[in-house]
Amino acid sequence: MEDSMLLANNIYFYYKKSDDEKIEKSIALKGVNLNVKKGEFIVIIGHNGSGKSTLAKHYNAILVPSNGDVIVDGMNTKDSSKLWDIRQKAGMVFQNPDNQIVATIVEEDVAFGPENLGIPPEKIRKRVDEALLAVNMLDYAHHGPHLLSGGQKQRVAIAGVLAMRPECIILDEPTAMLDPSGRREVLDTIKRLNKEEEITIVLITHFMEEAVEADRVVVMEDGKVVLEGSPRDVFSKVEEIKRLGLDVPEMTELAYELRKNNINIREDILTIEEMVDEICRLK
Amino acid sequence: MSIKIENLVYKYMIGTPFEKTAIDDVSLEIKDGEFIGLIGHTGSGKSTLIQQLNGLLKPTSGKIYIDGEDITSKDINLKKIRQKVGLVFQYPEYQLFEETIFKDVAFGPQNLGLSDDEILKRVRRALEIVGIDFEKYKDKSPFDLSGGQRRRIAIAGILAMEPKILILDEPTAGLDPKGRDEILEEIRKLHKEYNNTVILVSHSMEDVAKLVDRLIVMYKGKNILTGTPREVFMEIETLEKIGLAVPQVTYLVRELRKRGINIREDIITVKEAQDEILRLLRRDKND
Repeated sequence: MEDSMLLANNIYFYYKKSDDEKIEKSIALKGVNLNVKKGEFIVIIGHNGSGKSTLAKHYNAILVPSNGDVIVDGMNTKDSSKLWDIRQKAGMVFQNPDNQIVATIVEEDVAFGPENLGIPPEKIRKRVDEALLAVNMLDYAHHGPHLLSGGQKQRVAIAGVLAMRPECIILDEPTAMLDPSGRREVLDTIKRLNKEEEITIVLITHFMEEAVEADRVVVMEDGKVVLEGSPRDVFSKVEEIKRLGLDVPEMTELAYELRKNNINIREDILTIEEMVDEICRLK
Repeated sequence: MSIKIENLVYKYMIGTPFEKTAIDDVSLEIKDGEFIGLIGHTGSGKSTLIQQLNGLLKPTSGKIYIDGEDITSKDINLKKIRQKVGLVFQYPEYQLFEETIFKDVAFGPQNLGLSDDEILKRVRRALEIVGIDFEKYKDKSPFDLSGGQRRRIAIAGILAMEPKILILDEPTAGLDPKGRDEILEEIRKLHKEYNNTVILVSHSMEDVAKLVDRLIVMYKGKNILTGTPREVFMEIETLEKIGLAVPQVTYLVRELRKRGINIREDIITVKEAQDEILRLLRRDKND
């Protein structure tokens, strides 16, 4: 598969829980098949414990599958000689920005990755500036990260990954700790990187309004992919989504409730604009 | 139990180049039994404010009265204040430390010097409130549970202190929609049943719209807006300017009104929007 960026081929993952007497195996992934194409923007949703983060950690070889294979742009994550190539190609951003920032000055933090790749200083300079520009944080290059807002810190964390020149970024709930404007900043940055820089994006989130913006939504439950498709397809299955302990976007929910009351409104509404158009049509 | 804040100022790193005023002359009053939503963007002073309310931080100047008692005075018994004012931090599950769930939840009451019977009663009640089966879980390690369950245990640890004022700093951050709804429902029930004063810090406008009696909006260390959710969410421009938002349905009715549709503008929940749109569409049919 030439256009595949991240390929999960029937992967299983067992966590070993060791008690004093017995070794208990708990299965976090139970046969996941998922192909993320180059340039795609996918969102993974699922309740806590459904296996989302475990899957994400497979994409840059923090974890390797117990069974099955994960192929990152042609490289198998089990091949330890490819480990650094894989991590350079697929960067990760986590939930808490404070746990990801290592330096006391923003630009030094962003330079940390490329420094570890052994890149010459003048090239690092260029990469750092470009990365900070891409996340719209160039003005803060000389600031201390602790003085930034959550959204700004998370954008610095993304810049740190960008400076590694990845082709793919996996973000595990990057907006969970942010206020509404911080969430907006981070999501806009992600979308721009996807559209303009053609970086493949895997975004894990509990905010359904973010999922609406993806090319494809993947729903996980109990270590498996149980539903996937365009946001419109996935969220129009309101009852199934709710049964999985998830939510649909508020506008989809509203349309669903109106339909229950015999209003003949489209069931696959995702956004405020669509709802406005539908109500105007019905009036 | 009531809270009264008078001209509260809090500066940190005083005398250094990083000196910053985190709370800038805030005065407000919270009545006994009120359910308050505290909103504001990251860095607006919300967390700094709530940490003053049980004496974790001492104000640079100003006064705080809890139930009429000035907790900023020098000879205050902070232990007594912390018994009255329970504070659940962000990600409280990271503060679990005991071997069993029972011991963890019992830790606070034990430090109050209560009898074993009373402790047992309180732990049982606290776990019940957060929806954790006492018999099934009391001897389990809190570390064997899921994130959402661990958070509940941590909240139960505060509830077991039976605080008259309960403050929760983003109790649902990082939880999935079901876990979020469950915890919020438990808080709502608790407030309804015991009529204690609750302050909920939240970034979710949808959640506070559904839950609270009154919103307090912080911006740059100041309390710039207060009122019922319905009143506050009418200030769309102000809220957006300070990095906040209004519920999705409030944006929806604004857009509808722009298109000439005569719909109430002060709608803040999906249920209200549903009723109002049904009324609108049916009225047309009957015309």
